[in-house]
Amino acid sequence: MSHATFDDIPGTYVFTGERAREGRHLNRFCMSLMSPANRARFKADERAYLDEWPMHEAQKQAVLKRDFEALLEQGGNIFFVLKIAAVDGRTTQSVAASFAGQSTEEYAAMMRSGGRSPAGLKSISGRF
Amino acid sequence: MARITAGIGSSHVPAIGAALDGGRTAHPDWAPIFQGYEWSREWLEAHKPDVVILVYNDHASAFSLDIVPTFAIGCADSFAPADEGWGPRRIPVVYGHSKLAWHIANSVVLDEFDLTIMNKMDVDHGLTVPLSLLLGQPAAWPVKVIPLAVNVIQYPTPTANRCFRLGEAIARAVQSFPEDLNVQVWGTGGMSHQLSGRRAGLINREWDLKFLDQLTADPDALRTMSHAEYVREAGSEGMELIMWLTMRGALGPKIRELHRFYHVPASNTAVGHVVFTPENN
Repeated sequence: MSHATFDDIPGTYVFTGERAREGRHLNRFCMSLMSPANRARFKADERAYLDEWPMHEAQKQAVLKRDFEALLEQGGNIFFVLKIAAVDGRTTQSVAASFAGQSTEEYAAMMRSGGRSPAGLKSISGRF
Repeated sequence: MARITAGIGSSHVPAIGAALDGGRTAHPDWAPIFQGYEWSREWLEAHKPDVVILVYNDHASAFSLDIVPTFAIGCADSFAPADEGWGPRRIPVVYGHSKLAWHIANSVVLDEFDLTIMNKMDVDHGLTVPLSLLLGQPAAWPVKVIPLAVNVIQYPTPTANRCFRLGEAIARAVQSFPEDLNVQVWGTGGMSHQLSGRRAGLINREWDLKFLDQLTADPDALRTMSHAEYVREAGSEGMELIMWLTMRGALGPKIRELHRFYHVPASNTAVGHVVFTPENN
């Protein structure tokens, strides 16, 4: 299977080995938030905690800004970066909404009325 | 002799667990989902298996990205509910069937499916939400559970066909277990959903319903489908549906569909649920 096939799907992250390599330390940082002690240390001084990890500056900035799109662009995996949202007490739905530039209320209303239609969102090349 | 008597497919949305644990099952957002499982809960009362082989995926709970097994079987005596960031769900500990799990591991590895053996593993909503939906809120789970974790997060994920054929190998393993046990195989995850990117919130009802039709009547169409097609049509997390094929593969060529339920949404996800029995049962 070629990456090109996945790349033809608009607005969709597929967590390939390449992305895993790019996001290795970012995802390790996210996993560290599973421990209550680490969560407390992160909350007390986010920058200092991030500096303990050999992450790129852009990845650290994305964490500090809670820019989930940027986190995925830089190798974050959705299930790992959601741990940052959990620290903030944010729901998965509010993170999903933020990707699409919607408020959580707009997004929830869209889901209640059947979700986002795949029409026009299947293929960049128009093959599907 | 052990025998596989039924297969169940079910979504495993974490928010369903939160709604159940928080006593919000009557809320209009959630009531239709719990109603859709009522038939199955009653049916399970009358057709309670001794053991459920529960095919699911972990969501960065038991497995970090340090070690990524493609298929991992839980051989422990018990599995604790995982802390997914807001404390473990207050549900009973999941008891395994170590002897059958080891028998399956022995059988399928020699059958050329290289499972990772887990003697210690916490189980997250991927496993516990289907248990709650189908067995309610008992003080102790009335069945033993063998967790079978499939990697659907880190690519390369196994092909749909590999998942199906693992189901066939599990069926051969169960049939060769000498004790008299009633075994069900549950496949979980899906249906269409995508949590990230511009397509976040994607639901493909038409494709989901066709998947359910084909799962019963034409699973070959689903086992030969590419990863790209699963992602394109069912969303990035819709890839989880390949785990339903392990259940389907374990049931043999001909099945009877006893129950089907489909509902949109549970939070971000389309909920699908089926109950099958093998035709010779």
